[in-house]
Amino acid sequence: MAETALTNPGESPARAAGWQGIAADWSSDQRAFKNVSWGKAMMWIFLLSDTFIFSCFLLSYMTARMSTTVPWPNPSEVFALTIGGHHIPLILIAIMTFVLISSSGTMAMAVNFGYRRDRTKTAVLMLVTAALGAMFVGMQAFEWTKLIMEGVRPWENPWGAAQFGSSFFMITGFHGTHVTFGVIFLVAIARKVWRGDFDHGRRGFFTSRKGNYEIVEIMGLYWHFVDLVWVFIFAFFYLW
Amino acid sequence: MTNVAVHLEAQQPSLQAHAHDAIATGAAHEKGQQHPIKLYLVVWGWLFVLSACSYLVDYFGLQGYLRWSLILLFMMLKAGLIVAVFMHMAWERLALAYAILLPPVLVLVFVAIMVFESEYTHLIRVLFFASPT
Repeated sequence: MAETALTNPGESPARAAGWQGIAADWSSDQRAFKNVSWGKAMMWIFLLSDTFIFSCFLLSYMTARMSTTVPWPNPSEVFALTIGGHHIPLILIAIMTFVLISSSGTMAMAVNFGYRRDRTKTAVLMLVTAALGAMFVGMQAFEWTKLIMEGVRPWENPWGAAQFGSSFFMITGFHGTHVTFGVIFLVAIARKVWRGDFDHGRRGFFTSRKGNYEIVEIMGLYWHFVDLVWVFIFAFFYLW
Repeated sequence: MTNVAVHLEAQQPSLQAHAHDAIATGAAHEKGQQHPIKLYLVVWGWLFVLSACSYLVDYFGLQGYLRWSLILLFMMLKAGLIVAVFMHMAWERLALAYAILLPPVLVLVFVAIMVFESEYTHLIRVLFFASPT
């Protein structure tokens, strides 16, 4: 009995690692994801499906760009800005990249402080993340406005292949929508953290499990995914 | 046996808060993903450096295979850092990591198919659009 008392309640026996672990987990006739809650597993599976959506967008862009006989507009020139008399290529996109990466950094730290049950720091860092995300969307709105003023449309543009506009608006528009929804959810979850819903076990959206700050990590998974997609868009659409 | 476990829970309120989850998710995950803040700051710094590098590839106007290989290298490094550290995939069990990370690799098959397809389309366009008959 003394040995039993030392065991943590609910602790399961040690699990195999490596390939044997994969085989054991998947063939256990139980849940395959042993130490991951349903919420986190479902977020990962949603992100996987989202990966395929963005893959299809980037693939259709690749197909359009590879098969057209008309020259493709040079993104380095299209997205250049003149700041203080200097003509700097791609500068706005570079700033947007740094803003989004910074928001990912603050989000990762918010998750960390969430698990340490530091309510104030978690909420503040989540709000900073949301602010950086909103800044990103704002810069994207500026970029869209600038390009539309210069005559870029989904069916034509002044510099070359017509598919440039449709690919651009489709890909960055879908990504911007993801960022926007992320900002909305960040503010919603930050408000719950601030109010202490996860400490008091207040009933509501995602908060019925008392003392569980895992939702901050799940929110973080979504946010990092948005940053991840931008890494690929930056490489394939803006730099290629 | 069960009584002892319940008694333990009552003694440790912090454990009790997690008790429901501990049963569902296993005690190894009980406290969630706990890593030093410094790790995140270091990764953040690396992401900045790698982004700056990929921007400089464009700024200095590198072309050809050097450009493509550098862009893809920096892209994969950044993606790897974000998934492994920020999304904590490095600390998850392999059953989850493989289930999530392997399917996107199959997209490469789709890429190969579409490369063939678009080269064919391009060839047909060159043959029938470009040459005046």
